[in-house]
Amino acid sequence: MLLHVEDLATHFFLDEGVLRAVDGVSFDIREAETVALVGESGCGKTIVALSILKLVQWPGRIVRGRILLDGEDLIAVSTERLRQARGGEVGLIFQEPGASLNPVFTIGAQLVEVLRLHRGLTRGEARREAVRLLDDVGIPDANKRFNSYPFELSGGMRQRVAIALAVSGRPKLLIADEPTTALDVTVQAEILKLLRHIQSEYGMAILIISHDIGVVASIAERVLVMYTGRIVEEAPARTLFRAPVHPYTRGLLAATPRLGTGRGTPLAGIPGTVPDLLALPEGCTFHPRCPIGDHGCITDVPVLIELAPNHRCACYKAVPVTADVEREP
Amino acid sequence: MAASGWPDRRAAHALAFAAAMVLLLTWRHERVFAAFATPHVDRWAASLFVLLALPASVALLIYDARRRRNQQARPAAQGRSLLQLAWRRFTANRLAIAAVYVIAVFYLVALMAPIIAGYDPSALEDVLATRYQPPSWAHPFGTDEFGRDLFSRAVYGARVSLSIGLLAMLVAVFVGTLYGAIAGYFSGLVDNALMRLVDVLIAFPTFFLMLMLVGMFEAGIVVLVFILGLTSWTSTARFVRGEILSLKEREFIEGARAIGLPAHLIIARHLIPNAIAPVLVSAAFMVGGMIGAEAGLSFLGIGIRPPTPSWGNMISAGQDALFVAWWIAFFPGCLLALTITAFSLLSDGLRDALDPKTLMRKYL
Repeated sequence: MLLHVEDLATHFFLDEGVLRAVDGVSFDIREAETVALVGESGCGKTIVALSILKLVQWPGRIVRGRILLDGEDLIAVSTERLRQARGGEVGLIFQEPGASLNPVFTIGAQLVEVLRLHRGLTRGEARREAVRLLDDVGIPDANKRFNSYPFELSGGMRQRVAIALAVSGRPKLLIADEPTTALDVTVQAEILKLLRHIQSEYGMAILIISHDIGVVASIAERVLVMYTGRIVEEAPARTLFRAPVHPYTRGLLAATPRLGTGRGTPLAGIPGTVPDLLALPEGCTFHPRCPIGDHGCITDVPVLIELAPNHRCACYKAVPVTADVEREP
Repeated sequence: MAASGWPDRRAAHALAFAAAMVLLLTWRHERVFAAFATPHVDRWAASLFVLLALPASVALLIYDARRRRNQQARPAAQGRSLLQLAWRRFTANRLAIAAVYVIAVFYLVALMAPIIAGYDPSALEDVLATRYQPPSWAHPFGTDEFGRDLFSRAVYGARVSLSIGLLAMLVAVFVGTLYGAIAGYFSGLVDNALMRLVDVLIAFPTFFLMLMLVGMFEAGIVVLVFILGLTSWTSTARFVRGEILSLKEREFIEGARAIGLPAHLIIARHLIPNAIAPVLVSAAFMVGGMIGAEAGLSFLGIGIRPPTPSWGNMISAGQDALFVAWWIAFFPGCLLALTITAFSLLSDGLRDALDPKTLMRKYL
C-alpha cells in the first residue's frame, strides 16, 4: 500500500464555530494506481489533498487520523522529513494553471531549484534534466522556453510546467487538484493525456481531484465520492459509472451531459445546494436533498458498508443494485 | 524599442563619458599623475578611475558596435522579462532619467573629488587676502571666512553627504527588509512581538532619537551612517511585512511549500524578490531623506564636524554671513535641494516603472 489514510479529520476553527471540512475520511492508494476524488465544490476535496502533505494553514488543523505513506505517518514526522516528502515522494498540482510558478523567475530557474533540492543535482545536470522534463511534458522548443517567464506562457503551457515541477522530484504519488478545471476543453484533454503519459513513464500513483465526472471517467481506475467532508461511496470506476448506489452519486451522474442524450432532454440536477458546513443537517447530511431518504436518515449517520468487493457506500437505503439504473434520476 | 538616434543610446553615453574624461585629463593632467606620487589612497583611486575609464568606455563602444552588427545579421529575441519591461518604462520617463543623470554626475564628481577640486578643502592659506570672495572664475562658488575655496569644499562635501546617504539607506533597507520579511513570514506570535517593537520605535520621534544617539557617540561618518540607518528602517519593515503577508496568500507560495522548499529559501527566493519593487522605490526616496537628515545634524553642529566639509555644515557656516556673503550657504543649499529632488524623482520614476498594473496596461 502506497498511501493509507485513516479517519482523517481536518477542522477549521473559525470565529463562527468549528468547520468540519474533512471529517473522518479513510482510503487507500496502491502503487501506480489512479484514484479520483469527486464531489461538488466545497465538500472538502482540496482539504484532503492539502492534509496529505500537512499543508493546511491556520485556522485549519488536522485534528485526528493517520496518513501513512509507505507505512510512515506524515502527521507525526519531523518538519524536515515532511519537507523532503513534499515535492519528493508526493507531488502536487494546483487548480490554477501555473499557480505554483513564481512570477519573477524563469520557469527553468524554478525547475533547477527543485531538482537541486530534491535530487541533489549540480547546476549543469539540473539544467539538462529541466530541459528534458520540459520536453517530456510537451513544451515545444524546451531549450528556449527554459528561459521564459510564467506570464509569457499560455494557461495550458503553464499547467504543463507545473506538472514538470511536480514530477521533478520523481514522486511515487502525484496529487492533482482539479488540474484541468481552469483550462478550456481541448486543452483539458491534452493535459489528461499528458498525465496518463507521465504516469506510464514514471509509474507513479495519481490522486486526481475533480468535480468533473468526464475527467474522472477518462483517467481513474477507482473513484471516491465525497460529500460534506465524508466519503459516501467508493467503487472501481466501471462499477461506479454502471451501477452507482448512493443517491448523491446517482445525482452527480444524472447531472452530467453525455453523448447520445437527446436534444432538448433537460439535464437532471440535484435539488438544493451543498449545506453550510458550519450548520450540517443532523443524521445523513444528504437527507434534505435525497430523493429516497426516510425518517431514519434524519436521525442516524450512515457509515460506509461494503456492498460488494471494493464497493463501499454510506447510505441506509443502499441496496446492491445491478446494472441498468445509471440514468435513473 | 530601438533607439532612433545616432549611433545608439548606449554608445552615445559611452562617447559622452569618454569625452568628459578626455576633457578632465587635459584640464587636470598634472594632478592626475601627481596623485600616484602621494600616499593618499583616495587620490590614487580617483586617478586610476579616470585613467581606466577612458579605455573602458572605448572598449564598450567597440563591443557595442560588434553586438549591433551581429544583431543585424541575426536579430535576437526581444527582451521581455518583467525587469526589462520595467526598464523600458523607466527610460521613457524623461524626468526620472534627468534625475539619474544628476545623481550619476554628482556621484562621479564625488568619486573624482581630488582631481576636480582645485584647492585643498580645509587648507588655510592667506586668509585675509582670499576671504569672502564672491563667485569668480578662480573660485566658482566663492570663498568663505577662512579663504577656503567653496567649490572644492562642495566637491569634497559631496563625498561625505552622498556616501552617508547611500550607506545609511543600505543599512536601513537591509535591516528593514529582513525584519519585515521575518515578521510577515512567521506571522502569529513572532509577528506580533516584532511589530510591537516597531510601533514603539515609530512612536519615538526619529530626529530626537538621532540627536540623542549622536550625542552619545563620537560623530564620524561610520557612526552617522549607522545612527541614520538604524533609526530609519521601521517604515521599510512595516511595508515589507505587509507585502509579504499578502504574497503569502498567493498560490505560488503555497506551491513552493508543496514542493518542499525550506523556509529560508521561500523567504529569500520567493517572497523578497516579489516584494522588492516597493523596497527599491522607497530606497531611492530614502537616500534623499538620509542626505537631508545628515545635513540637518551637521547644520546643528552635531553631525560632521568642520573642518571636514559636508553640505550641512557648509550651510551652517554660511548662515552667520548670509547677508555679507550669500554664496557660502547658497551653493551647498542648491546642491542639497537638487540632490534630494533628484532622488525623489528617481523614486517616482521607479514606482511608475515597477507598478505591475501600469506594466500590464502598456505591454501585455
